Amino acid sequence: MLYRENGQFKSSYGEDQQMLPILQDRRVMFGLLAFAFFGVPFLASDYLFLSILIPFLILTLAAIGLNLLVGYCGQISIGHAAFMSVGAYAAYNLALRVPQLSFLVVLVLAGLIAALVGMLFGIPSLRIKGLYLAVATLAAQFFMDWVFARVKWFTNYSHSGSVSTAPVELFGWRLDSPPEKYLFLLGVLVVFTVIAKNLVRGHLGREWMAMRDMDVAAEVIGIRPVYAKLTAFAVSSFYCGVAGALYGFIYLGSWEPLAFNLTLSLNLLFMIIIGGMGSLLGSYFGAAFIVILPIVLDQVPQMFGIAMSTATTSHLAFMIFGALIVFFLIVEPHGLARLWAIGKEKLRLWPFPH
Amino acid sequence: MKSSSRLGLRTAIVAVSAALAALSAVQVQAQAKEQFFPVLSYRVGAYAPNGTPFANGYVDYLKLLNARDGGINGVKITFEECETEYNTAKGVECYQRLKGKGPTGAAVFHTLSTGITFAVTDVTFADKIPIITAGYGRADSVDGTVFGYNFPLGGTYWGAADMLIQHVGKLEGGLDKLKGKKIALVYHDSPYGKEPIALLEERAKMHGYQLQLLPVTHPGVEQKATWLQIRQNRPDYVFLWGWGVMNSTSIKEAVATGYPRDKMYGVWWSGAEPDVTPAGDGAKGYRSLVFLAPAGQGAVHKDIVKYVYDKGQGTGKKEEIGEVLYNRGMTAALLSTEGVRRAHVKYGKKPLKGEEVRWGLENLAIDAGAIKKLGFDGFMVPVATTCADHEGGSSAMIHVWDGKKWNVQPGTYTPDMAIIKPMIKASAEKYAAEKKIAKRDCAKEQ
Repeated sequence: MLYRENGQFKSSYGEDQQMLPILQDRRVMFGLLAFAFFGVPFLASDYLFLSILIPFLILTLAAIGLNLLVGYCGQISIGHAAFMSVGAYAAYNLALRVPQLSFLVVLVLAGLIAALVGMLFGIPSLRIKGLYLAVATLAAQFFMDWVFARVKWFTNYSHSGSVSTAPVELFGWRLDSPPEKYLFLLGVLVVFTVIAKNLVRGHLGREWMAMRDMDVAAEVIGIRPVYAKLTAFAVSSFYCGVAGALYGFIYLGSWEPLAFNLTLSLNLLFMIIIGGMGSLLGSYFGAAFIVILPIVLDQVPQMFGIAMSTATTSHLAFMIFGALIVFFLIVEPHGLARLWAIGKEKLRLWPFPH
Repeated sequence: MKSSSRLGLRTAIVAVSAALAALSAVQVQAQAKEQFFPVLSYRVGAYAPNGTPFANGYVDYLKLLNARDGGINGVKITFEECETEYNTAKGVECYQRLKGKGPTGAAVFHTLSTGITFAVTDVTFADKIPIITAGYGRADSVDGTVFGYNFPLGGTYWGAADMLIQHVGKLEGGLDKLKGKKIALVYHDSPYGKEPIALLEERAKMHGYQLQLLPVTHPGVEQKATWLQIRQNRPDYVFLWGWGVMNSTSIKEAVATGYPRDKMYGVWWSGAEPDVTPAGDGAKGYRSLVFLAPAGQGAVHKDIVKYVYDKGQGTGKKEEIGEVLYNRGMTAALLSTEGVRRAHVKYGKKPLKGEEVRWGLENLAIDAGAIKKLGFDGFMVPVATTCADHEGGSSAMIHVWDGKKWNVQPGTYTPDMAIIKPMIKASAEKYAAEKKIAKRDCAKEQ
C-alpha cells in the first residue's frame, strides 16, 4: 500500500531515467534531506555532532568508495585506509605548502593523488583476483603506514610524527562550530552520492558490474578489463582520498599514521559487508552500524542507571557487537540494504498481502 | 511469523530512536554544589595492566577527598570514568562525552595518552578546559603562551631523555666521554615513543654519540627484529620508551639476546611493577627514571585505607595500594584537585568552569610544607607554575629493580633547560603558526 506505484506513469525518457523512479521514494528522500539539512543542525548536541554524525558522514563516504570497488567491480581490497591516509597527508601537505589554495581545491587534488596511488596498487588486479588480490592490497596498507611513519617530509618533520591542521576555511567561512562542520560534510556527501549513483548506472558502472559478474564474458562482449578495473580502483581511491582528507581535517584535526591503520581498513570492509555490497544505501547502513552501535552499546548501562565498571561495559559491548554482526549476517547475508529492500517489497502489499 | 517480524522491526526502530534521543538530550543537571572530574582510563586492552592501577589511584584519591573532607572546600566531587583503550579515536569520543557534564562542565582532563593529548589539544582552545599531562604529553606544551590549556606538570619526555643522557654521561665520567658511544632508543611507535627523539638528536650533535632508533609497533609483543639489531650493533646503552606489554616483552628479549639489563634504562612509564614482574628474575638490574619515591605508602595511603577501603568503597585491591602507578594516579588526582583549590582563592568556593580551573593550575605553588600537609611527603616534588611555564619544575631519580622491589639510587637529576628551552620555543612557535593561534600575553593576564 505504502509503496504501491500503481498509476505512476512515465511519459518521457527523462522521467524514466530519474534516480528515484517511485514517487514515495522521492518524497521520503526529500523529507530526509530537508530534515538533515534544516532540522538536525538545530536539534543535535555538540556531542552528537562531533562523536557520531561527523565520523558517520565521513566514513559513509569512504564506505561508498570501497563499495564501488568491492561491491560493484568485484575487486576485494583490505587496504583502503591506506588510500584515506594518502588523501589526508596529501591534503595536509598541499594546505601547508601551497597555503593560497582553497580547501575545496585541496580536497579534489588530494582525491586525485589518492586515485593515482590507488591505480598503482590496482595494477596487480589485472593478473590476480579474489583472495590473492586482497592480500596484494594489504601491501598498500603496510606500505603507506610505513611511508607516513618514516618519511619525515610528509609529516613536515614533526618530531612526534603527528601532524595538525589549521581550521578549515572556505571563502572566508571558518568551519569551527560542530553544526557548520556537519553541514559542510553533509553537502559533500550528498554531492558524492549523486555522482556515485550516476556512475554506477552509467556505462562505467555497467562495465564494472559485468567485470564483477563474469570477467571472461565481459571481455568477450568488448569490455576492456584494464580500463574497467583501473577506473574502479581510481574512482574508489578518489572517494577514499577525499574521505581521508575530511577525516583528518574536519574530524581529527591532528593525527598520527596510526589513525589510518589496518583496523580502519577492516572496519570499512565490514561496513560494506554488513550494509550490503553493491548498494549505495548499504554503505550508509553499514557505516551507521559500525560507527554508532559501539558508542551506543557503551552507554546503555549508564543510560538505565546500572552501575557497572567501565571495563565490564567495554567487554560486554564487544561481545554484543560481535554477536550482532553474526546475527545480521546469518539473517541476511546480503546486508542491511537487502533487508530494507525486502521491507519495501512487503510495504508494497501491506496491509493486504494477498 | 510475519506480524512478529514486523513487531520486531517496530520495536527496533523505537529502541534506536529512544537511544538517540537519550544521547542527544541535554542532560538536566541540578545546580548542585558539585565539581565534576572526568576520568579517562583504560582497563581493557593491551595497556590495561598499566592503566588500571593508575585509574584506581586517581579515583581513590577523589573518593578520599569526598569521604574525609567532604570534597574540596565544601564543594563535593563527582566523577565519571570513560574507557579509552589507549585508542586516540575512543579517547576523543570520551572527551566529548564528558566535557559538558556536571553543573559547570568538566574541571580538568588527564588524557593519559600522548596520542589523545595531541588530538584534544586543538579542541581545548574552543572548550576552555585545561588538560593535565603529568609526565607525558607534548613537550612543547610547557610554553603556556601558546598552549594555553595544556599542563605537562612535573616533567616532559624531552626532560626525561635529557636526564637519562646526563645519567649515562655521569657513569662514563663526563658528558664528553659519550663521544663514539652507541645509544639505542627502543620506542613505542606512536607520538609517545617519538617525543624524546628530537632531544636525543640534539644531544647527539653536542656530545657525538651515535643514536640508533628502533621503533616497535603497537602493541609491542613482536620485537624479535628489534633485538636482532641490538645483538648485531651492541649499543652501550638501551633506552626503553615503551608502555604496557611492550616493556616486559623488551626485557624478556633482552634476556634472550643476552643484553645486560643494567645497561637498559626506561622512562618513568617503563618502570613500574607490571613492566618487570612478567619477565621474572630476568628483570633484575633493569633501571628506569622515576619521580622521587615511586612505590611505598605514606600518610595519605593510611587515610585511603581508613576512609575508602575500610568502608568497602575501594576501587581496586587493597594490596595494590602504594604501587608505582597507583601512586602516580593518586598524585595526578592531587594535581587536579589542588588546581581547583587554588582557583577557589580567586573565584570563591563554588563549582568552577574549566577556564577558572586553568587560573588555579597556572598559579600552583605546592611547596614542601604543603606536600607534607597533604600527606604526600616523599611522593611528589614541589610544583610552581606560571602563565608562561606550565611544567612547574621537574626532577627525577633512577631506580633499580632487584627482583622484588624498586630501589631508588641516590642522585637527583634536573633537565638542562638551556638546551630544552630553545627547542620548546621553536616547536611551540611552529605549532602556533600552523594552527594560526594568537599567543597570549602573560604580563597582561595575571
